[in-house]
Amino acid sequence: MSKKKIVPIGPYHPLQEEPEFFKLIVEGEKVNELEIEIGYNHRGIEKLSETKHWDQVTFLVERICGICSTSHPFAYVLAVEDLLGITPPPRANYIRMIIDELQRLHSHLLWLGLVGHFIGYNTVWMWAWKAREPILDIFELVSGNRNNYAMMKIGGVRRDIKDDDLLALKKVIKQLYGELKLFQKAIEDDPVIHKRTKDVGILSKEEAISFGAVGPTARASGVDIDVRRDDVYANYDKVNWSVVTLTDGDIYAKVIVRILEMFESCSIIEQCMERLPKGEIALEIIEIPQGEGIGRVEAPRGECFHYVRSDGTNRPVRHKIRAPSYVNVPTNLVSVPGYTISDAAIILAAVDPCYCCTERSVAFSKEGRKILRGEELIKLCQQKTFKLKESYDNR
Amino acid sequence: MKGEDLILFGLLFFSFFIGGWGWWLERKLTARFQYRVGPPWYQNFIDILKLFSKEQIIPSPANRVIFILSPIATLSSVILVTIILDRIIFLREGFLGDLFVILYLLIIPSLFIILGAFSSSNPLATVGGTREIKLMLAYEFVFILSLLIVIIKSGGVFSLEKILDKQMSTSYINSFSGIIGFLLALFYLQAKLGIVPFDVSEAEQEIMSGVFIEYGGPLLGFYRLARAFLYFSLPMLVIAFFMGKNLGWQIAYKYLIIILIISVIKNINPRLRVKDVLSLFWFFLFPLGIVGMFLSILGY
Repeated sequence: MSKKKIVPIGPYHPLQEEPEFFKLIVEGEKVNELEIEIGYNHRGIEKLSETKHWDQVTFLVERICGICSTSHPFAYVLAVEDLLGITPPPRANYIRMIIDELQRLHSHLLWLGLVGHFIGYNTVWMWAWKAREPILDIFELVSGNRNNYAMMKIGGVRRDIKDDDLLALKKVIKQLYGELKLFQKAIEDDPVIHKRTKDVGILSKEEAISFGAVGPTARASGVDIDVRRDDVYANYDKVNWSVVTLTDGDIYAKVIVRILEMFESCSIIEQCMERLPKGEIALEIIEIPQGEGIGRVEAPRGECFHYVRSDGTNRPVRHKIRAPSYVNVPTNLVSVPGYTISDAAIILAAVDPCYCCTERSVAFSKEGRKILRGEELIKLCQQKTFKLKESYDNR
Repeated sequence: MKGEDLILFGLLFFSFFIGGWGWWLERKLTARFQYRVGPPWYQNFIDILKLFSKEQIIPSPANRVIFILSPIATLSSVILVTIILDRIIFLREGFLGDLFVILYLLIIPSLFIILGAFSSSNPLATVGGTREIKLMLAYEFVFILSLLIVIIKSGGVFSLEKILDKQMSTSYINSFSGIIGFLLALFYLQAKLGIVPFDVSEAEQEIMSGVFIEYGGPLLGFYRLARAFLYFSLPMLVIAFFMGKNLGWQIAYKYLIIILIISVIKNINPRLRVKDVLSLFWFFLFPLGIVGMFLSILGY
């Protein structure tokens, strides 16, 4: 039993539906070390984006991730609007906020269900997903789609929310309050859930800051950050809400932070519906001038960052994306070792990882697969430049 | 073939059918708890049928003999238990010491499941196997305690048939020690069947069904068959121990109650860690069993 061995989680594993590889180096049941390997699903979205025109990129970035499918287009249109120096009409801003918060609700409910599933509590899984279903229905009513809503557009939103749909939304939110309270009570009262989640996978505040963790992962460790408040976009300064932070940094704190955030989201949506003004929903954009812009959005998993540069043509010359999981997944390196395999399964899932946004390229050579670090990539670039120089010198 | 053999065969098929159906009932109840529709009543039977129509794949680093032998040994010991139980409950034909034979035969499936897991030389199966060993250390002990309570209450009888006779006037569950024994036996049942919260050795999300990971096709079918029989014989054993009065048609609703209890426990609990399972069994259920034993000696 004391023999050192490796328990693989991935690349194909029922724990997480996306391809990823966690090597748990275990001693008996205890995990001593963790190695993270990603890069199975790299799609080259940033490069692809340079071949599409400005409006098409909105649809492209929507397909980065199926769950935060509004955060990416939202950040992208904010980046382009930053480049243009325009603000969309107020109605469009409120509609954007409603859609963004609905997406946060459905993402957090999905995650809550998965957490139940990962600790073997399938009843929580099914109940959370049942509560999530009406939200998807609202998306279908508003946009015709359950998951890729295509609501964002440079300068506004693509379609309006009808008054009938607003009534349905009001009903759904009211019903959701009751269901969320049920979940909150169920989780706060259940001693077995406490046993599985409390003091498990602790990420301290210092570690969270040093890894640059964002979103609920950081907020559960006591790092008070939220892009919605720190770098206000849309109309988040005009509604009353607060950033939820807890200090424990364990799985239980991560669950509770997300549940409390869902209450905040409900209240934001209700306020947005009250204040929704009449009027235009989009500005007309003729052309994109030279320049660059950034957009930051608080996605359900944390800060989502987009950068675009234009040279005046109808395509971006550079489009840089940083998704929240890219900084959240490495925090597992400190939060998993020391716990058991059973705990590892839930700790790995607790950052709400999303690998399709996180994928980076991996180098293959004759010796086999190798993951390159930043310095090595710089070295490779320098070597290439030297070779180029040599070829010119020899000429 | 003699007439008695035919009856036994009939009873065996009946047990298999009831076991598969009880298993389905547990799945269906789970589904209804979770707002799902659930499978049709014949689901388990066609699942097993399908497994037997599949190709058998044996991993190349596996120890072939043990890998193939384990499911077969598991199934045969479970069938033996079922026949003994059928004879006792329905035909009232026991023999001296049948309790211990049942006890031994019920340990064999777990042992061979562990052996099969280790022989497949898959790291996840090995983890599952070690977990199952720890689990066995926990639940077998508690089961023996529950058995001791029954033996003490019956006045030192080592035959299940005699124990049933002694319960003619009142079932053992109608006493304090009987309730404790019943509780212990229920925990044993839950752990033995590998149902949440004690499914640590199979834990799909952690070690991908652990001990069974390399099994597929007919060999997995043997395990599934054994499980269907266990779904009959383990509840029946608990009924015979603690609810032995009126074992006519009333046995049906007793069986239903036990299936209902295990599916409720399954659906209101997450999976426990191995460490927590051990501390539950050793530091809570074991002292409880000792208390129950003293209560039964005192006649409560």
